[in-house]
Amino acid sequence: MVNGKRLLIIIPALNEAASIGDVVGEIRGELPGVDVLVVDDGSTDHTAAVAAAAGARVARLPYNLGVGGAMRLGYRYAHDHDYDLAVQVDADGQHDPRYVPKLVDLLDDYDLVIGARFAGEGEYTVRGPRRWAMGMLSVVLSGLAGATLTDTTSGFRAANRRMIDMFARWYPVEYLGDTVETLVHAARRGYRIQQVPVAMRRRMAGTPSHSPAKAMIYLGRALAVLTLALIRR
Amino acid sequence: MKLTLVTGLTGLVLLATIVELLRRRQLREKYGMLWLGLLFVVIPLSLFPRLLDGVADLLGVASGVSLVLFLGIVFLLLVCIHLSWEVSALEEETRTLAEEFALLRAEVEADRMERAEWARHPDRTEMVSRDG
Repeated sequence: MVNGKRLLIIIPALNEAASIGDVVGEIRGELPGVDVLVVDDGSTDHTAAVAAAAGARVARLPYNLGVGGAMRLGYRYAHDHDYDLAVQVDADGQHDPRYVPKLVDLLDDYDLVIGARFAGEGEYTVRGPRRWAMGMLSVVLSGLAGATLTDTTSGFRAANRRMIDMFARWYPVEYLGDTVETLVHAARRGYRIQQVPVAMRRRMAGTPSHSPAKAMIYLGRALAVLTLALIRR
Repeated sequence: MKLTLVTGLTGLVLLATIVELLRRRQLREKYGMLWLGLLFVVIPLSLFPRLLDGVADLLGVASGVSLVLFLGIVFLLLVCIHLSWEVSALEEETRTLAEEFALLRAEVEADRMERAEWARHPDRTEMVSRDG
């Protein structure tokens, strides 16, 4: 319970046994009375067992679907169990649960609130094609949503009941679909979107990729995904 | 004559394969019918390759055989697109099933744990709530 509302934290996880225990433990420590659902997206390690031992509810997918599949399952769970709010958090520990109340506070006036990395807080930086891609996404999506969105690919998001209802029915499983396409879809259907600046932490496990070739491919795919999302019904 | 024999035999072997697959229920009828329909066009053509020369002339194609080749490629492309479409639909269906299944499994496991808890502390049932 947060402000008298039932809140579910959704954590999609794929082979995150190294960090998931600490992530769940920290959330339960920082946010007492909040339910945590870990969606195990077909992990081959002990992610599900570690998460359950840390006190999370666990939904295990029989095979890997991608973030979109895990997220729709999470929102379906939130919808079926009648939660008022849902917050999605990454399993690698880069999202600080102390920001959750800040995100949730805005859900009275907005349907979807994004925890954004570039909005002044913290020192997260990227360069080269990846930066161009994020800049392009930011400009287009800010225009669509009618709000400044600096970090459209952030996986740190809070949704109210209206948004949960939509995501429980519709959540794309394709590449960048979980971030870019959901934003386009929601903005075009009149859902109100806002962002909150957050500081990101170093991942507890795993490393982000920094190869320029990969960044170029990322730019191309981001363009393709965005164009498709814009011309789709 | 030799060529006609080769093409005609190939057509007949394909026809036999499709019929056999349909007979063993290995092929959905909608696909079986598609291929059967195609073979009823292809087999006469393989026996009488000059059959389409008139149509080819009308369309400005040098020979009926070229026209068949062109139409064949277009047809195969269409079939490939159709199959990609079918696979996409199937993937969407299996995705929904997987999610549904994971939800049900989570419910069953939660229920089982609740019961185990109840078996251990029958007096504390009130305390074991879903929000616990």
